[in-house]
Amino acid sequence: MLSKSITELEEIARKCRIEIVKMVYRAQAGHPGGSLSEIDLIAALYATRMRVRPSEPQWDDRDRFILSKGHASPGMYAVLAEMGFISHEDLKSYRVLGGVCQGHVDMKWCPGVDFSAGSLGMGLSFGMGCAVAARLDGSDRRAFVMIGDGEMQEGSVWEAAMAAAHHELGNLKVILDRNRIQNDDFCEEQMRMFDIPSKWRAFGWNVKEIDGHNMQEVMDGLDFLEAPENCNGPSILIAHTIKGGGISYMENNPAFHGAAPNDEQFKQAMIELGEVEA
Amino acid sequence: MTRMAATRDGYGQALLELADNAKVVVLEADLGKSTKSLHFRKAHPERTVSCGIGEQNMLLVGAGLAASGYIPFASTFAIFTERAFEQMRNGVARPNLAVHLCGSHGGTHTGTDGSSAQSIEDLAVFRTLPNVTVLHPCDDVSTRILTKQLAETGSPSYMRTARNKTPVLYDDVKEGTIQIGKGIELQTGSDVAIIACGVLVSEALKAADSLRNDGIEATVIDMHTIKPLDGKLIDRLVERCGALVTAEDHSVIGGLGSAVAEYLVENSLAPLEMVGVRDRFGESGQADEMLEIMNLSAPYIAKAAKKVCSRKE
Repeated sequence: MLSKSITELEEIARKCRIEIVKMVYRAQAGHPGGSLSEIDLIAALYATRMRVRPSEPQWDDRDRFILSKGHASPGMYAVLAEMGFISHEDLKSYRVLGGVCQGHVDMKWCPGVDFSAGSLGMGLSFGMGCAVAARLDGSDRRAFVMIGDGEMQEGSVWEAAMAAAHHELGNLKVILDRNRIQNDDFCEEQMRMFDIPSKWRAFGWNVKEIDGHNMQEVMDGLDFLEAPENCNGPSILIAHTIKGGGISYMENNPAFHGAAPNDEQFKQAMIELGEVEA
Repeated sequence: MTRMAATRDGYGQALLELADNAKVVVLEADLGKSTKSLHFRKAHPERTVSCGIGEQNMLLVGAGLAASGYIPFASTFAIFTERAFEQMRNGVARPNLAVHLCGSHGGTHTGTDGSSAQSIEDLAVFRTLPNVTVLHPCDDVSTRILTKQLAETGSPSYMRTARNKTPVLYDDVKEGTIQIGKGIELQTGSDVAIIACGVLVSEALKAADSLRNDGIEATVIDMHTIKPLDGKLIDRLVERCGALVTAEDHSVIGGLGSAVAEYLVENSLAPLEMVGVRDRFGESGQADEMLEIMNLSAPYIAKAAKKVCSRKE
């Protein structure tokens, strides 16, 4: 594990939040809410756990990270830039013709992206394929998959959940960004999901819940995913998060699932994130 | 006496022969006994992944394996591949991952299971996807040869096989004479060209025999590759015969007939008659009965050939 203090990780996440808001503001389109809810998790995962080589993104034996909720691409792009897979200049290509930062993360366009996302309910299955491949190779590389809570309404998620447990894929690790909001409204209004931890346990998974914005809990959660006793089968970290977390007017606001801030809102966000002074 | 065999058996045999390549893996969705991947599973259980009755998951497990350097062959019934169409579109074709999907039990020839099991649109839907090669071989030998070639393409594919036996045409052929993307001329005649695929290739040969008795000499083509279509061959057929018939156990909307029609209107115009399923569903019946009631059998192909000849200038 790469060593980073909690304070250092929080600072990485803060810088990523700034980039997320800038990307969506520049493009005047995109998905800030889910990018902000996931960012502490992805930042900590890449900064401390992922066995990857930014200078050799196609290294065969790298860990895979699959952003199944691929609309939340600004979060991943910000982390890839922070890690050096792409430049900060590349972030300006978000949603721009010919840009490496396509609207949804795409393995054919962006170095460091392992999965072409954009359609919910697909990433977990893809991650399972990567995990099976690692096992066949006799490699200890892992597949980390981030899914959203609204995404769990796709039936194919449960096909994959069942299959991964059946095949005892201890190298498959899921992080659930439980931000409670989906495109149209709060998840609770769109499709109630009842007892999510029990659902995953019933499918044969190791389960832990954390506060996805408390960096110490995030690190404990990642420890849980990597713990040898949890490598007997697939594991899921259910991270309770806040959609739009970190920007006051976006927090818990379904309007910012897929909408860009205006000029005034952008200025306020930069102040709240400490990028500019009030 | 002509040997009879089902194309799905050629698929199963090919997987076994491909097993020497350690990168080849097989994915199943509880129909390995039917698609014939079971032989591979029995011989190489460690390289076979059961996905249960979950086709959507299976396609993307394949994508993850392909992205990790493996060559996955996934199979189910043709009709159930359609359930995973968007997975094939977004998760396989778009990133151009070499997942090879085989849909067995394609067409109304599937028979007594009835219309729910008789895919008549699989070739059409998969043909629309960029990067995807679409095959529908006519006998077990060509299925075996083409399946083995797929392992080398590096891009995704959809291949339809059939449940029931049809005459074997290529028992004595050398492997190299059957190539993805190259139609095979089975019989040469200058009045009309019948371009067929799958179970209707042998029907096309029967039709050509009956046409000969009526003084019409037909060329018969086994167009086992629907995409990429062998346009050069079609050019030659237009020049030689000036009239074409397509024959497929598939909807006339979007399949082989449509592919040939699209080519003709953009390149070399000639009258075309399409024998295929006319925008309707099938029902339970024996394979030969289905070809009759769906108007696909040799007499219907011969009738279409005569009609298209009458449309020549």
